[in-house]
Amino acid sequence: MADVAATSAEVVFQTEALTKIYKTGDVEVRALDGVDLQLYAAELAVLLGPSGSGKSTLLNILGGLDHPSGGQFWFRGRELTGASDRQLTRYRREHVGFVFQFYNLVPSLTARENVQLVTDVAKSPMTPAEALDLVGLSHRMDHFPAQMSGGEQQRVAIARAIAKRPEVLLCDEPTGALDSKTGTQVLETLRQVNEEFGTTTVVITHNAAIQQMAHRVIRFADGNIASVEVNDTRISPAEIEW
Amino acid sequence: MQALDIKLLRDFRRLWLQGAAIALVLAAGVAVILMSVGMSRALNDTRTAYYDQNRFAHVFASARRAPESLLSELRAIPGVAEIEAQVRNYAVLDIPGRAKPATGLLISRPEDGMPRLNVPLLRSGRWPLAAGEVVVNEPFATANGFELGDPFSVNLNGRKQVLTITGTALSPEFIYTIGPGALIPQNETFGILWLPAEVMDAAFGMTGAFNTVALTVLPRVSVEPIKDQVKLLLDPYGATTPLGRDLQQSNAFLDAEITQLEVLAYVLPPVFLGITVFLVNMVMGRIVQLERSEIGLLKAVGYTDYEICLHYLMLAGLIALIGVGVGWIAGTWLAHSMAQIYAKYYDFPFLVFGVPWSVYAWSAVLGLAATSVGALRSALGAARLAPAVAMSPPAPPRYKRNLMDRIVAYLRLSQPSRMILRSLMRWPLRASMTMFGMSLAVSVLVASNFFPDSMDEIIDTGFYQSNRQDVLLLFDPDVPLAAMEEVARLPDVLQVEPQQYQPVTLSRGSHEKQVSLSSMPNGADLARIVDGDGNIITPDPFGVLLSDRLAKSLRAEVGDMVQVRFESGRREVFDLPVSGVITQYFGLAAYVDLNALNRLLRQSDRATSINVTLANPDAADEFETRIKDFPRLVGTINMTENRKSFLETLSSNILVMTTVYAILGTIITVGVAYNATRVQLSERARELASLRILGFSQGEVAYILAGEVLLLALIAQPVGWMIGALIARAMTEGFSSDLYSMPLVLTGATYAKASLIVLAAASGSVALVALRLTRLDLISVMKTRE
Ligand SMILES: Nc1ncnc2c1ncn2[C@@H]1O[C@H](COP(=O)(O)OP(=O)(O)O)[C@@H](O)[C@H]1O
Ligand SMILES: [Mg+2]
Repeated sequence: MADVAATSAEVVFQTEALTKIYKTGDVEVRALDGVDLQLYAAELAVLLGPSGSGKSTLLNILGGLDHPSGGQFWFRGRELTGASDRQLTRYRREHVGFVFQFYNLVPSLTARENVQLVTDVAKSPMTPAEALDLVGLSHRMDHFPAQMSGGEQQRVAIARAIAKRPEVLLCDEPTGALDSKTGTQVLETLRQVNEEFGTTTVVITHNAAIQQMAHRVIRFADGNIASVEVNDTRISPAEIEW
Repeated sequence: MQALDIKLLRDFRRLWLQGAAIALVLAAGVAVILMSVGMSRALNDTRTAYYDQNRFAHVFASARRAPESLLSELRAIPGVAEIEAQVRNYAVLDIPGRAKPATGLLISRPEDGMPRLNVPLLRSGRWPLAAGEVVVNEPFATANGFELGDPFSVNLNGRKQVLTITGTALSPEFIYTIGPGALIPQNETFGILWLPAEVMDAAFGMTGAFNTVALTVLPRVSVEPIKDQVKLLLDPYGATTPLGRDLQQSNAFLDAEITQLEVLAYVLPPVFLGITVFLVNMVMGRIVQLERSEIGLLKAVGYTDYEICLHYLMLAGLIALIGVGVGWIAGTWLAHSMAQIYAKYYDFPFLVFGVPWSVYAWSAVLGLAATSVGALRSALGAARLAPAVAMSPPAPPRYKRNLMDRIVAYLRLSQPSRMILRSLMRWPLRASMTMFGMSLAVSVLVASNFFPDSMDEIIDTGFYQSNRQDVLLLFDPDVPLAAMEEVARLPDVLQVEPQQYQPVTLSRGSHEKQVSLSSMPNGADLARIVDGDGNIITPDPFGVLLSDRLAKSLRAEVGDMVQVRFESGRREVFDLPVSGVITQYFGLAAYVDLNALNRLLRQSDRATSINVTLANPDAADEFETRIKDFPRLVGTINMTENRKSFLETLSSNILVMTTVYAILGTIITVGVAYNATRVQLSERARELASLRILGFSQGEVAYILAGEVLLLALIAQPVGWMIGALIARAMTEGFSSDLYSMPLVLTGATYAKASLIVLAAASGSVALVALRLTRLDLISVMKTRE
């Protein structure tokens, strides 16, 4: 698996001089400042960097949640830079799975129904039961979010993200709101999905310890990539020191 | 079921109290649409069906005595489809076992037994074939407990004859059957009697002649020129101006009822639908705000803008579904009770139709449209939320120091009071809409509660101030004053006064009206002219006094000359000045002084009617028995009975009406106040919980929550009074017809009652929400992310 990062692997995402500028009143924030990046099929990449360095902004653009201000980017050779909202919606629906820091579960739906929210509109999804089984939550299928712990909720969110069998899984600080033990369980789940399905997975975190489980670690600073390291000796999340 | 639909249903269940409060407002609107639009259509359609089946005429004319040879000329008028000539006369009836006299309208039935127009419908028995046989209208038979074969006597032109009932019938001319001088049907004392033509001809000396003619016109032919031609032909025979359907009495009363329903249809449903729009808008706005992150998630996983928009529209659609459903049930029930009231007052041969299906459909469309319009802004906003933005919490609302703050500071208000005022200022539009909604509740109550007072005023001026006689005796032809002295000598009689009614056409320029010109002697005590302010007016000896609606329709003012054309006697024409305009509520009245009238017509002192007061109106058997045989008497009007039955009818109808409106006003208030407070609680739960943690008492926190809405409820009162007065004025104008009008009587009690109901409903709703504060889980509120 270590050689997935080799240039021979298929490129899933490619960005060229990607910029994003937020304007609030007279203030301009350069959230992304000319990012050049390639992400490969089946790799698990970790985005590291201080708060405000632009990680979420990049992930949102890659996931089709936001438009860049400049530069170009491609998904599997298809340019998405100028895509319309309608095209981006289809893109998200068919190809992308998201996991957010605050799980974003719908409180009025059970675990199974939260997953069903995605399987209802996906092309060839697994069943919600299968997805929940994968994250080890088959016994909590009919519980509402309020009846579950944070880690369980995040695992429901992961089940929801993978149920459609997405090509890419984008996770924005999935462990940010969790304690170390549950955080570990969540990361383990992500790694397992990456290995079993070969889903290209990008995980944002500001916790440097997580890098040890990634194929590549991409460090962000001030809206750009500071460094990229390929990890030859990955360890399992359980061994990560928090 | 799709997960999104499951969410929809769960969300709705969670919000059901709020949803129900809105749905009730909508239901009230839908019910009122069914009742007002539905029943006006039903009444109209029923009437049309009856008219078509029984060939109700378009023109109604009468003459003193016209030869039958004239009929071919009438028939030859271009555009006339069919004509029907009859002999009609009023007569006094003597019913066995009843002291009080009754009045009958006698109508001749053609010899061939086949009336061509205004075809009466036999309800039981058979038509009369010989002298001594009669068919009476069904309600008259029912009210008097008549069976087929029962006899009663009639004073046929001075000759008393016993008639045997061979059948009962109904006629499209008498759907609303009121006798001369009556205001509502009194079937016991007024009947329609059909007799064979030969009998009528013999009794009234009308062989080879007729005194009434009805005609229909061909489709797409204008009625006006035909009326003119009929008038021209009948003129030499003592014709009065022919009437169209608009002035045919029974039809005119139905018109007035339909107009009233239509006025309601214009006024009330827009209020309820408008408030529904506002409430849905407020509640959905809050829901979308609360669900930003869920919306962001839906977008992130690929739901389209359209699907998200639809999701929120459907949430509002569920409110519409319940509102329309409940509205249909309530409206059907309301319409059904209305139909029952109509069945009591209107004599249709079949049941009044139900509300047409199209009205049900339209009410549903309007209900759905109201909730959709209300939800549209929020639903579109949800669809338009950028997915990335939706994932982050909204920025806290910005409070700025402004003028209001300085005022607040200046007033040295307590901290909780300051919080109330700041929150008001933060959402000025929502605050003013909440206030406006509650003021509409006040106004609906004001605009409905003024009815009883208005009716009191009508009854007081109409029955107790101006018409104080116990009995009105009607003569045809008129009688010399000697007859009055004879009446005065009858047992039980206390006081008698003469009066004259003359059919006239008043005109000024191109405006004209047929009215009954009334004259009484100067200083009359029983039949007085009383204006809207309760002043007793004496007609001046040279001019004519007009009621305000008559003056308006003639465009005449005091001092203007109007032309008075008498439709009877020598049919002379005079130009008289308008000597005064007075406010009156019934009919289109015109008055001249009795002496002046006699002078004008160069006649001796005479009377067409005599007003009588009795020593004991409830036990005047001897008077009543003797009066039945009085020569030339064609009818009696028992004013005491009139007053009693009018009051009884009104008081039961008014009780129902004010109850219904009180419910409607409460529904509006609860809908607005409950939802406004509920949204407050949702927005400020964290703030209020923080205050509790900081040590504010439960009461203080409840005060902050309830204060805003209650303050708005207070401000809503004067605004509601004003709007209510405007609506009441518009309604009295809308209800006004040639038959009657309604004074605008707004008392302090009306305003107070409206305010009391609204303030009580508002306080109750607010308290219901404030109760939730006691269950506020401080820790979980502070922990949840917004
Ligand atoms: N919607 C927004 N409007 C304005 N500025 C934003 C917005 N989103 C992010 N930013 C700014 O862009 C920069 C990068 O933010 P972000 O990508 O969220 O950083 P990270 O995820 O690395 O913490 C920050 O300075 C942040 O304040
Ligand atoms: Mg971030």
